[in-house]
Amino acid sequence: MDAAVEARLRPEVVHRGVAPGAPVLRMEDLRVWYGAQPALRGVTLDIPERRITAVIGPSGCGKSTLVRAINRMNELIPGVRTEGRVLFRGQDLYGEGVDPVEVRLRIGMVFQKPNPFPKSVYENVAFGLRLHRRLSRRELDERVERALRQAALWDEVKDDLHRKSGLELSGGQQQRLCIARALAVEPEVLLLDEPCSALDPISTARIEALMEELKRDYTLVIVTHNMQQAARVSDFTAFLLDGELVEFGPTEEVFTRPRDRRTEDYITGRFG
Amino acid sequence: MTAVAVERLWRRRLERRKALARLFVAACQAATLLGLVFLAILLVDVARDGAGYLRPELVTNFPSRFPQQAGYASALVGTLYVTGLMGLVAFPLGVAAAVYLEEYAPPGRLARLLEVNIANLAAVPSVLYGLLGLGLFVEGLRMGKSVLAGALTLALLVLPLTILSSREAIRAVPFSVREAAYALGATRWQVVRHHVLPYAAPGILTGTILSLSRAVGETAPLIMLGALQYVPFLPRGAWDYFTVLPIQIFNYVSLPNPEFHRLAAAGILLLLAVLLALNGTAIWLRNRTRIRW
Repeated sequence: MDAAVEARLRPEVVHRGVAPGAPVLRMEDLRVWYGAQPALRGVTLDIPERRITAVIGPSGCGKSTLVRAINRMNELIPGVRTEGRVLFRGQDLYGEGVDPVEVRLRIGMVFQKPNPFPKSVYENVAFGLRLHRRLSRRELDERVERALRQAALWDEVKDDLHRKSGLELSGGQQQRLCIARALAVEPEVLLLDEPCSALDPISTARIEALMEELKRDYTLVIVTHNMQQAARVSDFTAFLLDGELVEFGPTEEVFTRPRDRRTEDYITGRFG
Repeated sequence: MTAVAVERLWRRRLERRKALARLFVAACQAATLLGLVFLAILLVDVARDGAGYLRPELVTNFPSRFPQQAGYASALVGTLYVTGLMGLVAFPLGVAAAVYLEEYAPPGRLARLLEVNIANLAAVPSVLYGLLGLGLFVEGLRMGKSVLAGALTLALLVLPLTILSSREAIRAVPFSVREAAYALGATRWQVVRHHVLPYAAPGILTGTILSLSRAVGETAPLIMLGALQYVPFLPRGAWDYFTVLPIQIFNYVSLPNPEFHRLAAAGILLLLAVLLALNGTAIWLRNRTRIRW
C-alpha cells in the first residue's frame, strides 16, 4: 500500500497530545444497581490511552455493566441506577448537562451478538455519519470506504455495498461490519463487549488482528470471558469479581504474577 | 422381576404412550377440521342460494322493491368509503399510541393502567361503540348519520386492535438493533424514525388491515348510528348518508319475499370477497416485506 493511500486511511482522531498509556478514562467509585441488586460495588480504574484493556471475570461479575457504564448505555434499561464518576479526559460523563448522545458519539461500542441493521452494508456504515453531520455524497462514500477498510471488510463487500443487506453477511463479517459502523463516526474510545463470543476461531483471529491495528489510533476496552484472548490481545487487564475490581495491571503481570489469590484461582481455572 | 419381564412391561407401556400421542394428534386434527367443515357447509349453502344473483347488476344496481332489480351498489361503495376513512383515522392514531406506549411511556403504574384499559376496550361489545358514536358524533357533534360519523365510530372500535397489533410489531424489533443505533449517538426520535418504525412497518400495516377487516363485517354499531337501509345513491362526500354491505344484507334477509333471501346470500358472498381481498393483501404484504432477523 503506498504512502498516500495509507495516509488517507488514517482516521482524524484528535489525541490532544496525550501520550499512549496515559489515562484517558477514569472511573471513580463507580456503583451500579439493577433495581435493588448491586452490579458494581465501587470500582476505581484508569483506562490507558491507545492501549487495549481487557476486562475479565466470571459470568455476572459486572464486566458488561462496567463498559456499558462508560458510554451510558445502562440507562436504556429501566431500573438502573448509577453512582460515582466516569471521567473522560477530565470531564465527568455523568455530570450535569452532559448529553448521553454526545458521550456515545465519542465512545463507540460493539456488542456481543452482531447487530447489523437490516439495511445495505453501505447504509449500515453511513447511518452514524448521517446522524451527526451533513456530508456530500463523495465525502460519505469516502468515509464509508475508510471505515470498511479499517475494519478489514472492504475487499469482501465492495462489489455489493448497496445491494447486500448487513443481515446476509456471515457472523464474522457482521461483527466487522458493526466495528466499521462504530469507527465511521470516529470515536476516541471503542468498547467491545465480548465481540467474539458468537464467532468461530477464524473470525475471532481476524477480529483480534484488527484490534491490534486499531490500537494505534483508538483506546480499546474489551470484555471477554476467554482468558487466552485477554492474554493474547490486551496490554492491561482488569479482573472483576462480584461487582468489585480485584486486580488491575499490565496483562503480563496479572497473568504471570497475580497479586491477589482470587485472580490466580480464576486464571488458572479453579473457578468461573 | 426379571430383566425380561421389566423389558416386556416397558414395551407395553411404550405402545400405550404412542397410542396416546396418536389420539392427541387426532383430536387436534378433528378440532381443526370442525371449523373448516362448518365454514365449508356455510359457503356451499350460501353459494347455492346466491349463485343466481352473482351477476354484474349485483354491484351496479341500487336497492329496489323488486329483487330482480335490486343490488348492492350503494352498500359496496359505502363499505369501501367507510373503511377507507376509518383507516385514515385509526392508522395514524393507532401507530402513534403504540409508539408512545412502547418507546416513550415511562414504565410504571400509569403505563400498566393504559395497557389494561386498551386491552379491555378491545373486548367491549361493538353495540356500545354504536351508542357512543350516536351520542358523540351523530348528535353531539351534529355530524348526522353521515359517512364520517360511521367511519369515526368504527375507527374508535378498531383503534384498540390497531394499537395492540402495532405494539406487537414494534416489540418484534429486537432491542439489540435499538441499542446499536443508540450506541452511535442516535436520539430516541432518530431511533424510532430510522429503525423502529421502518422495521415494524410491515407488521403494523398487516395488523391494521386485519383490524380494519374486522370492522367491515360490523353491523350493530352502524345500526345504532342509524345508518340507512335504503340508499338509492352513491355517497359523494363524507357528509352524505350511507349504508354498508352488512346492513343491506340484514335488510334483505328481513324482507318476506324469498327472492330477497337469495339476493342476501349473494351479498354475503360479496362481503366475503371484500374481506378476502383485505386479508389477502395483508398476508401478501407480510410475506413480501417481513424482515428475518
